[in-house]
Amino acid sequence: MTQSKRASRSAPIRVLIAKPGLDGHDRGAKVVARALRDSGMEVIYAGLRQTPEEIVRAALEEDVDLIGLSILSGAHMALIPRVLGLLKKNKAGAIPVFAGGIIPDEDARRLRSAGVRAIFGPGASLEEIVTTARKLARPAA
Amino acid sequence: MTGAPRLPAAARAICSGDRRALARAITAIENGDPDAGPILRSLYARTRQVPIVGFAGPLGVGKSSLINLLVSHLRSVARTVAVIAVDPSSPFSGGSVLGDRIRFEARANDAGVFFRSMASRGAAGGVAAATLEASRLLDAAGFDVVLVETVGSGQVDVAIREIASTRVVVLVPHLGDEVQTLKAGLFEIADVFCVNKIDLPGADTARRDLAELVGLAPAAGRWTPRIVGTSTTVPSGIADLWGAIEAHESFLDSSGTRRTGERQRLTAEIVGLVRDRLGRELTRELENDPDLRRLLDRVVAREIDPRTAADRLRNAVRRSR
Repeated sequence: MTQSKRASRSAPIRVLIAKPGLDGHDRGAKVVARALRDSGMEVIYAGLRQTPEEIVRAALEEDVDLIGLSILSGAHMALIPRVLGLLKKNKAGAIPVFAGGIIPDEDARRLRSAGVRAIFGPGASLEEIVTTARKLARPAA
Repeated sequence: MTGAPRLPAAARAICSGDRRALARAITAIENGDPDAGPILRSLYARTRQVPIVGFAGPLGVGKSSLINLLVSHLRSVARTVAVIAVDPSSPFSGGSVLGDRIRFEARANDAGVFFRSMASRGAAGGVAAATLEASRLLDAAGFDVVLVETVGSGQVDVAIREIASTRVVVLVPHLGDEVQTLKAGLFEIADVFCVNKIDLPGADTARRDLAELVGLAPAAGRWTPRIVGTSTTVPSGIADLWGAIEAHESFLDSSGTRRTGERQRLTAEIVGLVRDRLGRELTRELENDPDLRRLLDRVVAREIDPRTAADRLRNAVRRSR
């Protein structure tokens, strides 16, 4: 069992990066995906125009440690809670979710209380995102 | 205890269609987690030798798009299908961007499909170390067909040979002249050649060059690779591609080569497993061997050479066993 713990600690973090909804701007998501890759993570890049159902299915099939949602369309208050709800419904509510995009402070507060673990706006540094992502995926490490 | 091994809970869950249990077991295989062992051992007897179809070829030829269309075709004829898509890990950071899922269209509510991305994690040859055992798990989980997309490969990335029952080599027009097709490596492993992007100019030449290659090695009683033309932008040739794959699968049965091929692949797998295990044990033993340190001093002092040191160490290990 100790060997099992060792294996899982040194195993690469698997993270799903997806863009829910109708939003064609994926440069931010790609920049973050690349930074996470360069920090040694395995990034499953699901790309544009994903429904919450597709995102949750991908997260389960890929057995990810973490989900990052990028959203610039303004539909975050509709789409992100839907992803969280579907994760819970599939007994996967423990998978941490973080979000990035143009999200007003008031919405960010509400999303955090709904269960989003971190929210990054346009000013966030890649270093901050990578560090937070690692902490969310491996809280004990 | 004798007889059939008792199924661990995770293995039971996998057989009853629990996709999360399946996904977790694949992760355990990838991570070398000891939990994977009992699952793989207990499920081996349940594998049915379903077609495992490997797709190899240079990057950008359309392997992911082809697989996406092939999955739709298989679902339309009521076959369930699992996909493993391998992408490279960075030799620098160990990280990876697994992007084959992008080409995979939404089938959010279809339980007859399973898609898993896999990083190569330093393995050479176009697949990951976990790909073989993961595909076996997908077989045991009940999928009718397993499709394996290899890393966009170079000329010698032929490890898919050890995993797939049918190998599809995907090419596009204008990859080079006909002499390229004569070179060793990738072209030797094809059971089916798929010329994709057949709507582009040059497709006829590519098919002709391949037909010539195939014609150079006529062999009675052996499989002659099929050549299929496909397009994924305006989907065409997909049913032909599956037809060629099925023809090869039938040939494997009618010719008896499925059995001989399987024995060869299993020999390689078992010998490989023993070699890996012995290698790990030896490394551990040798690293802590006081003889090594003594020998090392003498090698550094140029009293003996590395080969002589290795001979002595090997003899010492043999005696101690």
